Amino acid sequence: MEGLLSLAVKAVFVENLALSFFLGMCTFIAVSKKISTALGLGISVMLVQAITVPTNNLLLTYLLAPGALAWAGFPNVDLTFLGLICYIGVIAAMVQILEMVLDKFFPPLYNALGVFLPLITVNCAILGGSLFMVERDYNIAESVTYGLSSGFGWALAITAMAGVREKLKYSDIPDGLQGLGITFITAGLMALAFMSFSGVKL
Amino acid sequence: MGLRNFFDRIEPHFVKGGKYEKLFPIYEMVESFIYTPKTVTKAAPHARSYVDMKRIMTYVVIATIPCIIMGLYNVGLQVNSAYETIDPTGWRAWIISALRIGFDASNPLANFAHGLLYFLPIYITTLVVGGIWEVLFATVRGHEVNEGFLVTSMLFALIMPPAAPLWQVALGISFGVVIGKEVFGGTGKNFLNPALTGRAFLYFAYPANMSGDTIWTPVDGFSGATALSVGASQGYQELAANGMNWMNSFVGTVQGSIGEVSALACLIGLAFLLITKIANWRLVVGCMAGMIGFSLLLNVIGSDTNPMFAMPWYWHFVVGGFAFGMVFMVTEPVSASHTNMGRYIYGALIGFMVVMIRVINPAFPEGMMLAILFGNVFAPLIDYFVVQANIKRRARRNV
Repeated sequence: MEGLLSLAVKAVFVENLALSFFLGMCTFIAVSKKISTALGLGISVMLVQAITVPTNNLLLTYLLAPGALAWAGFPNVDLTFLGLICYIGVIAAMVQILEMVLDKFFPPLYNALGVFLPLITVNCAILGGSLFMVERDYNIAESVTYGLSSGFGWALAITAMAGVREKLKYSDIPDGLQGLGITFITAGLMALAFMSFSGVKL
Repeated sequence: MGLRNFFDRIEPHFVKGGKYEKLFPIYEMVESFIYTPKTVTKAAPHARSYVDMKRIMTYVVIATIPCIIMGLYNVGLQVNSAYETIDPTGWRAWIISALRIGFDASNPLANFAHGLLYFLPIYITTLVVGGIWEVLFATVRGHEVNEGFLVTSMLFALIMPPAAPLWQVALGISFGVVIGKEVFGGTGKNFLNPALTGRAFLYFAYPANMSGDTIWTPVDGFSGATALSVGASQGYQELAANGMNWMNSFVGTVQGSIGEVSALACLIGLAFLLITKIANWRLVVGCMAGMIGFSLLLNVIGSDTNPMFAMPWYWHFVVGGFAFGMVFMVTEPVSASHTNMGRYIYGALIGFMVVMIRVINPAFPEGMMLAILFGNVFAPLIDYFVVQANIKRRARRNV
């Protein structure tokens, strides 16, 4: 239990997907203009992450890993080379389902997210989460924790970013830096502040 | 008033349509430095307050005076104490000997004079380099050079270690002023504290010159650890063995950055800022509450391997940059939260983060700088949620 807790804290703050690994930058920059939208997207990413990481973990343990197919009578089969394409497939399917759910039950959010919802499919933060899970040999409980908390960390980062950008509406940015330029500088400065956690050992 | 007439005579050259139209910010800077500005400022920080920019900024600079005095005295004291065993070298020692002031650590005046020789180069470098950037941006972009820069440069100089190389000082203030402030449009438009942005940049770019045991007293071959690094490696109970008790940490005769050592001087500054209502007391209350609450919690939890867990809150208050940061940086109105409820939360977040970084993060002995930057990042978000909660509450009342 304590191990899971420290894993969660680590995934949210120390190894924040957006501000320490700079994953999921395209959506991070593109959908952080308004806090409400950013919050919605953050929650969707968290949801998708919390579903896909454990699913991919099951996929890995029972189908892809060397010897995983022993239950079906093929103890010598190693399907890990199919990993990438399988994970992406799972993510795409999950996002599709999430999209239909949002369309049905939360139409304002669905409309606000627009094209960025399908883009979660190719959000590197999501795939990154699954690949970290593989690389670090998480078991199923750890995968659930990691998926949820790394998604939460990303959501936290994008909401904070949106807050700062709403404040920056009142600033007077030089012409050449307006738009993406200042957003990249802002993200960099935020990462500087998030350095306060780097080095924490749990 | 000959000077006034002189300004009135040359003013037409600088206003729109005049010969030196482009240099107006420089004219305006010199004029408003000497006389009260003719115009009332309309830029961001004033929308939320009744005092004008010049007064706020000048008062903050005045409030740092106790810290400067204590800081100068302390730098001199540390250096002169070190010279009791090590021979004085360098141009500062030469000046001190030439003026026959002597290296007597028990003579406050000698300490003060010696400290001044360390502080002035840093401060002048900060003013000149930062000032060049400030004037450059003001001239090109046509906004005023305002007194906010005086505060930034003073705070930046006070949070430098006395042994900092001057080229790093120049680099740090450049980063702070340009990336921390000017790219967002100048004073009042930034979201991070510019002085701390510059300091954090130096901290991560040149860790060898910005942390460790040899940088706090600028004497070759002398090493003195700060209370926090002793506390992190041996536990705060061992501080006495290293010549640090609570009282001298409170008064400020210990190792540390120039202006941050004296909690007493910071408290005098705080009293001034609170009486003149420049600083908002909610931020201070929140920050103290967060720090005290979390350090008490850690005291209760305890730890066998990490001696910092046991450090009580009154030690956290006097060591390192906590008092200085709380008085001069947490209360900075631009980068803090703007709602009253948000101020408590923002302050508490910083207080919590300081203790968290100091105790739990082994990578950094001191946490105030990063804690404030972290708070700055979340300040707008805190405001947003406070406002949303307010809207919801009022909507419920009027169903």
